Amino acid sequence: MFHLTVSTPDGLLFDGEVQSVRARMIDGDVCLLAKHEDYVSAIGAGEAAIVTPDGQTRRAACIGGMLAMIEGKANLIATTFEWADQIDLERAKRAKAVAEERIAAAKNDKRELMLAEAKLRRALVRIGVKS
Amino acid sequence: MAGASMKDIKLRIKSVESTMQITKAMELVASSKLRKAKERQERCRPYFTGLKDTLTRIETATNDFSSPFQEKREVKKQCLIVIAGDRGLAGGYNSNVFKAVSELLAGGTPTCVLPIGRRAVDFFSRKGVEMLTTAFAEAEDVSIPDCFSISNLVTKGYLSGQFDKVSIVYTRFVSMLTQTPVCECLLPLEACRAEKRETGLHPLVLYEPSPTAVYNAIVPNYIAGMIYGSMCESVASELGARRTAMDAASKNAAEMIEDLSLHYNRARQGAITQEITEIVAGAEH
Repeated sequence: MFHLTVSTPDGLLFDGEVQSVRARMIDGDVCLLAKHEDYVSAIGAGEAAIVTPDGQTRRAACIGGMLAMIEGKANLIATTFEWADQIDLERAKRAKAVAEERIAAAKNDKRELMLAEAKLRRALVRIGVKS
Repeated sequence: MAGASMKDIKLRIKSVESTMQITKAMELVASSKLRKAKERQERCRPYFTGLKDTLTRIETATNDFSSPFQEKREVKKQCLIVIAGDRGLAGGYNSNVFKAVSELLAGGTPTCVLPIGRRAVDFFSRKGVEMLTTAFAEAEDVSIPDCFSISNLVTKGYLSGQFDKVSIVYTRFVSMLTQTPVCECLLPLEACRAEKRETGLHPLVLYEPSPTAVYNAIVPNYIAGMIYGSMCESVASELGARRTAMDAASKNAAEMIEDLSLHYNRARQGAITQEITEIVAGAEH
């Protein structure tokens, strides 16, 4: 068991003891257990999951930021962190449709294409975690 | 004649009263919004300090480390992110920001700006300064995702050599009564930071895949956090300035009403006196 805090620009979303924390980093999934050595990595886009002391798994969509384990305390700092039960599936689907349209429309505009692709990726992560 | 002026004064009092109602309402709205803006800023603090600590740790504790975000280049062109308000009636809030920006522009370095807030967009289009984008014209609506797209925009521009320095101009909320515009450097990072590289032993930290990769991945988030924090602070400052301005306006209106009531009573008395004089004069004949 170790201490984990999850903070986003919207505030502190989780602060308490956990058995493990898993998240998608820029180079793949990483799962931290208690007594891990000091570790810092950047978060990519994907699913995150924590296992609470009573053995329950809570899943979330987690995009951008970093995961650090310093002196036995884990700190997950995410740009976007949404618990699976709080994800608005309809909204994510709408965002996916809009993003796909924008990608189709923005053939030559590189910046627009990049923005739309990022949007699509976020929507896909949310849909993936929810279903 | 006296009657007409009495009517005039009464109308004037009424109009001042309705103005006062508006200024009072605006003051109250600003106060309650101000509280919310301050809370928002408080909430994003753990996120921001966490990222900052990590960046500092990587910078100070890692020897074989270099990042394009740190390199100081010759400043051929600078980028200014300017945060101002959407509306006026906020005392000197907007003009103070623009005064600070004008001083920076007078430095002569070629500049492109990224205005946030309608007033800022208007100001720069009037001045004919090159603008990166005008997509963020509503300062009050700028959300966290918007801050991230701004951050992506400037970090990409910085890496591709479009500009060599990125600064942000916002208004610091010193107190309810004082708000001062400040300019802070965002990129390159080394120039922004006073801390020197420490020597000695450091705890070993495993960075995956490498310190540089982690550093470069976190920097855009850190910049976004900075922008968001400055945004919140600016919004709070704007509301604070508006509250003070509206408070002063309400006080002025109250004073004016007092003054006008005095005039009104004098005019009324004058009219009565005149009437009596006329009646008495009529009775004498």
